[in-house]
Amino acid sequence: MEEPFVKTEIRKDENIVYKRTNLLVDRPLSYCPGCGHGVVHRMLMETLQEMDIQDKTIGVSPVGCSVLAYDFMNIDMLGAAHGRAPALATAIKRLWPHKFVFTYQGDGDLAAIGTAETIHACNRGENFTIIFINNGIYGMTGGQMAPTTLPGMRSSTSPYGRDVQTMGHPLKITELIANLPGVYYVTRQAVHTPNHVRKTKKAIRKALEQQKENKGIAFIEVVSNCNSGWKMTPVQSNKWMEENMFPFYPLGDIKVDGKLVEKKETVVKE
Amino acid sequence: MAKIKGDILVNVERCKGCEVCIAACPSSTIAMSKEVNGKGYHFAMKVNNDCTGCMNCAIVCPDGVITVFRGKVE
Amino acid sequence: MGELRLMKGNEAVAEAAIRAGCDGYFGYPITPQSEVMEYLMAEKPHDRTGMVVLQAESETASINMLYGAAGTGKMVMTSSSSPGISLMQEGISYMAGAELPAVIVNVVRGGPGLGTIQPSQADYFQAVKGGGHGDYKMIVLAPASVQEMCDHTKLGFDLAFKYRTPVMILSDGAIGQMMEKVVLFDPIPRRTDEDLIKQNPWAATGKPKDREHIIITSLDLDPAGQERVNLKLQAKYRKMEENEVLYETLNCEDAEYVFVAFGLSARICQKSMDLARAKGIKIGLFRPITLFPFPVKPMNELGKKVKGMLVVEMNAGQMIEDVKLSVGCSIKIEHFGRFGGIIPTPDEVVKALETQIIGG
Repeated sequence: MEEPFVKTEIRKDENIVYKRTNLLVDRPLSYCPGCGHGVVHRMLMETLQEMDIQDKTIGVSPVGCSVLAYDFMNIDMLGAAHGRAPALATAIKRLWPHKFVFTYQGDGDLAAIGTAETIHACNRGENFTIIFINNGIYGMTGGQMAPTTLPGMRSSTSPYGRDVQTMGHPLKITELIANLPGVYYVTRQAVHTPNHVRKTKKAIRKALEQQKENKGIAFIEVVSNCNSGWKMTPVQSNKWMEENMFPFYPLGDIKVDGKLVEKKETVVKE
Repeated sequence: MAKIKGDILVNVERCKGCEVCIAACPSSTIAMSKEVNGKGYHFAMKVNNDCTGCMNCAIVCPDGVITVFRGKVE
Repeated sequence: MGELRLMKGNEAVAEAAIRAGCDGYFGYPITPQSEVMEYLMAEKPHDRTGMVVLQAESETASINMLYGAAGTGKMVMTSSSSPGISLMQEGISYMAGAELPAVIVNVVRGGPGLGTIQPSQADYFQAVKGGGHGDYKMIVLAPASVQEMCDHTKLGFDLAFKYRTPVMILSDGAIGQMMEKVVLFDPIPRRTDEDLIKQNPWAATGKPKDREHIIITSLDLDPAGQERVNLKLQAKYRKMEENEVLYETLNCEDAEYVFVAFGLSARICQKSMDLARAKGIKIGLFRPITLFPFPVKPMNELGKKVKGMLVVEMNAGQMIEDVKLSVGCSIKIEHFGRFGGIIPTPDEVVKALETQIIGG
């Protein structure tokens, strides 16, 4: 299929300023169009490439949409049982203290079924990185209510909106774990605009660099969309996320260098 | 006078047509195709030569299908 | 000869793990096996060999720590007792599916539910038939002494790595708690990371440039692929059945009847056998040591020579199903059991033999 505008003379290898990293396996991602998972995968792999630690990194994937993350990330990985990724990562890091270890988990995995493993790994101050994708819904199983589903938000198991009286409140697990002494760095980011993507990548870099210092858990929440689960187009879902998710899950650093950040960054719409 | 210009190459078979790149492009260089690719998605394509090579589209693309070029033109 | 010591069964497991070159222990306290971790913590294995010992937040976490560590080729173990082992079933199934080596010690107590803290053999089915979801098996070793608690720990690691499989040591509260003399084997140094990578090329240890990335998982969404996984596992189990069967016979040469018992029950049956022989009853003892693979062939051969078998278990009749499947219906096979934490006395076993088998 030909593009209407022919390529310019600039389009040659020596002029490449950005291309998909080869630390992502050369295969189509299994995610829905517009899903934030792909961006986070890519930022993580770019960071490993820039730090030249592909051979020193062991990742743990969850159960959920990103269960197949190991098919896309060109590093050694283990697929954990639902919610148990922090337990795997704990043991891996303890037995391979010089490796870089991370878990990649969704909201159902990390904040519902795996709450105990998450909190205890954080509280022990395990020295690995947790990347937490929060889209307020169970994507893979078809859009059920998640621990992070907003009050009033519709899902297939809260079809009339989440009623906090009967269904409980959304769990701000990131704020919760930020208060634990074993946790060194906590930040909440997004990947729906170039600027937010760049910030997320910086956060990933910071987190991985800190593993060298044995300071404790680095926890990066990425508030993301689930356009399929939210029943919107990708662009609509990003707008909805800004208007509804960000006020409840405000972006910015929550804990830096082991100290809670007082003032939170306000949401800037690009 | 030499000018810095950009260009993009879209892997059309991998594009899922989410349109996130369109919103991210400051020079309105990208639009969706009328045709569909092998998976049935309309795909992103360059519709003018105003690209500056800023990389915004490529960075925000969930599927990493955009390669960005930047260079001098006389 | 190795070092001679007086130890509890649970302590023997812990000491054997250190000496076998175990890299990590992850566990959670539960009676009657807490001495395993207590001993390890007191011994400071990190100073002795570099072994990591961690008290996890639950048995669920423990088994998944095992999964993680085993996936990187490390030699790891956990121990628990019945309710805790029930919690671990998810992880054991994942480990069987992902073909990961590890040793899991179950110091069985009476159930169901919270049950009791007294010894029992009621977890036979759970250990031998799978326990978790899916078609899988693990090698199950049944120690009958503190010495075997030590020896089976080492054997368990060997078999776990030979077959890339979880291995369970199915003990009980009595063997875990009782003290006996043990001859400890000489310590084996822990493998270096370089040796580990060489010996376990399947393990996720960090991808160098010159090999494909390694994925440790039990997931294959393609049914044809998942069937292949299952067939591979089944082929492995057939190999275990061919090569790894262990059992012990006592006085079976002239026996007209036999006791069939594993673990603690077999110890009791030894005394019952002496009592019965003193009464002129020609009785022997058949003790399966591997419960999976079950000693089907020797059991079957023995079934052709004797008139009857009494299967003695501290449960309501579990191993008897495997005995009957091995022997068939040609002779009388009965079960005698005490359960809920009661240990049968040698006398009542003899009485059961006389009433259920000889006179029955």
